[in-house]
Amino acid sequence: MPNLRQHLTDTLLILAIVLAFTALLLAIVGASPIEAFGHLFKGSFGSWSKFSRVLNVWIPLTLCSLGLLYAFRSGLWNIGVEGQMVLGAIGAAGVLRWGVDSGNPLLMLTLALLAGMLLAALWALLAGWLKTRGGVHEIFAGLGLNFVSMGIILWLIFGPWKRPGIASMSGTEPFPAALWFPTLEGWRVSPFALALTVLAIIITARVLNHSRFGLNLKAVGHNPRAVSLYGLSPQFYLLIGIIISGALAGLAGGLQVSGIYHRLIPAISSGYGYLGLLVVMLANFRLLPIPFIALFFAALNVGSIQLPMMMQLDSSLSGVIQGACVLSALLVFGLRKLKRGRNP
Amino acid sequence: MQIELQQIHKHFGKAHVLKGIDLKVDAGSIHGLVGENGAGKSTLMKILTGYLSRSGGRILLDGEEVECETPAAAAALGIGMLYQEPQDFPPLTVLDNFIVGRDTHPDNHRGRQQARLQNLADQVHFNLDGEAQLEQLTVGERQQLEFLRLLGRDARLLILDEPTTGISDRQKERLFAALHQIRDQGRTILLVSHKLEEVVALCDRVTILRHGEVSGEESAPFHIPRLLALMFDQSPATDAKPQRRAPGDALLWLRNLSASGERTGLHDCNCTIHQGEVVGLAGLSGSGQGLFLRLAAALVQPTAGEVEFHGRSLNRRDHRTMRRLGGCFLPANRLEEGLIAGFTLVDHFTLALRCSRREARAAAERAIDKFRIRGTPDSTADSLSGGNQQRLLLSLIPTGANMVLLENPTRGLDVESAGWVWRYLRKHYAGQGAIVFSSAELDEILAVADRVLVFFDGRVVRDLPMDRVDYQDVAAAMTGN
Repeated sequence: MPNLRQHLTDTLLILAIVLAFTALLLAIVGASPIEAFGHLFKGSFGSWSKFSRVLNVWIPLTLCSLGLLYAFRSGLWNIGVEGQMVLGAIGAAGVLRWGVDSGNPLLMLTLALLAGMLLAALWALLAGWLKTRGGVHEIFAGLGLNFVSMGIILWLIFGPWKRPGIASMSGTEPFPAALWFPTLEGWRVSPFALALTVLAIIITARVLNHSRFGLNLKAVGHNPRAVSLYGLSPQFYLLIGIIISGALAGLAGGLQVSGIYHRLIPAISSGYGYLGLLVVMLANFRLLPIPFIALFFAALNVGSIQLPMMMQLDSSLSGVIQGACVLSALLVFGLRKLKRGRNP
Repeated sequence: MQIELQQIHKHFGKAHVLKGIDLKVDAGSIHGLVGENGAGKSTLMKILTGYLSRSGGRILLDGEEVECETPAAAAALGIGMLYQEPQDFPPLTVLDNFIVGRDTHPDNHRGRQQARLQNLADQVHFNLDGEAQLEQLTVGERQQLEFLRLLGRDARLLILDEPTTGISDRQKERLFAALHQIRDQGRTILLVSHKLEEVVALCDRVTILRHGEVSGEESAPFHIPRLLALMFDQSPATDAKPQRRAPGDALLWLRNLSASGERTGLHDCNCTIHQGEVVGLAGLSGSGQGLFLRLAAALVQPTAGEVEFHGRSLNRRDHRTMRRLGGCFLPANRLEEGLIAGFTLVDHFTLALRCSRREARAAAERAIDKFRIRGTPDSTADSLSGGNQQRLLLSLIPTGANMVLLENPTRGLDVESAGWVWRYLRKHYAGQGAIVFSSAELDEILAVADRVLVFFDGRVVRDLPMDRVDYQDVAAAMTGN
């Protein structure tokens, strides 16, 4: 399997570049790289409780990345995934607010996730329509809609959905515990959300790599001009691709509301949409590496929280490492492609 | 400039496509390179121009060994190539394309450059509008522009890959005159072509490739049967004149159809295509034939008039319906419009036949066998040579198709393959339906079609059954006389 070996060499090469770069950076600011990496590791994998926090980041990050993969297959840069996640959170929060006194929490939680997915899918469809009908590039449409979604969530938190008496950045009134996704004793992660994410991975693998739909989507992404000759409508597949992308981001947003924060907060998306873009690029737009890279990124995010306390380093070190990963990956893939182009 | 290639080898993975090519071209001569599709001509030229690295061998220019590692390096050495597929920048204008990449004499003064372009165009009697958007030009016109760019650069070795594709007979004559003229100035010309008549008319010497090896070298005067024998394993059978049938029911109506696009647009076109007909669209490249085919295929929105197929009106961009009713369109820009780069043969058959992977694999294997595609079911479309891409496109036509619309279907095929393709298309599609095709070769149209539509400046100026066709008349009509 020369292919597998090549992926392994690539991965090791990327990690080596990142380690060297980060170590150099830390040495310049006078911190011990070994100690910093040690804290990052202990902060994320040091205990079950910490690991469960890593998983809580892994879930939305993986869902957003999977969604992005659908859009990328159809040739779209769905940068609006951040806003779609926000809309998903709003949809879920709306249903939960409405169903506070329903007495049927399971139904309400299910409805909340579905509503979140639906609202986010429609939000994504808006970007898709702007692209196919209005000729607006999806990056600009997505970016614009991200700002609008931030406006909407702030308006809700400080306006119609504000806490009785005091509107604040800390978000809306928390939902009663009956409307929280149950977590196992001692864990902070909901097994249900975990199972849902794993299921999404399996379905995505099936759909993208082994179905007619997946092949059609990929064909549209590769050559939208040619596919109409095969009786496929490129617009249709672009819209479907971005709708699925939005729905998965919406699911991530819904889970943030119902499983993690139990209320709507302004930073509900936590930048996972943008981080998801990095994950997918680092995975070279392939599915298999995504869960692992998402886990690595989630661990960096959680592990870096201790850095300010333990070493007086800013926790943005995790972002530096993530960025370095993507840049060195692009470098390695680019070099590989260059070499292949010259000598196939 | 004298060039010498010594023992050039090229491997693509396991495939050994060039097996030690020796080639010597004298300064100030026109040298022909001929061979069947997939014989290795394009690969050899891509090595010489730095687009591909070689697996072994030496390149000598005027006796000195050079590397030619990148296209820029080759260009700096004075090697220029006119590719079969235009290598240009469609979003820019003709003049921008002409100016771009002239590093040796950077001069962005548009007026001066426009004058230079005009001057060069006049020399070879091409007619190009400097302000036109490249996207609106046909492949043929884009090739003309590329030719002018090469002339404008100080290329001392000009490599021409099928240069007469898509240009008219008159332009061809002028091009040939220009080629002789620049040869006499001392430039070296390497001509890659399938068209033996042209090679014979133009070249001083010819090298023949077969299966990645040099099978022979000949000097003028040439003996065509001998060249054919060196090119092919067996001599191609001569084409029998197709037998004609009486046309059946009307299948496709075009009524008062107008549309904008290409360069001329299409104006007020009326035409009915019947079952059993093979209709050839003649005309200079870019006279509206491409637009006619795309309108008939419901791929382009008309500005006026309507298209009716099997009694259904197809006024919107409705190729899906067209296809469901038995329509099928094959574009001339194979990789840009017809095939999907990075997709394998199996992928293409899965898309085209809407079947399972296993059935698609079987279909791909059958097509490789039947259409003699040099590749495997898992080869990607972009890894095939131009001629083999064309065969793949042809093999993707659905079996039940009853309206086959083809844009330059034998472009890039050698004589033998072209003959085979026409026999195949006639046998399988002309009985149950109709074939409409455009071609840059009037000879091909007259040899194949039952009926000829002649295009000039976006209008159909003649619509003749074959028995009333007169070569001189059609040629005159094509040029507006």
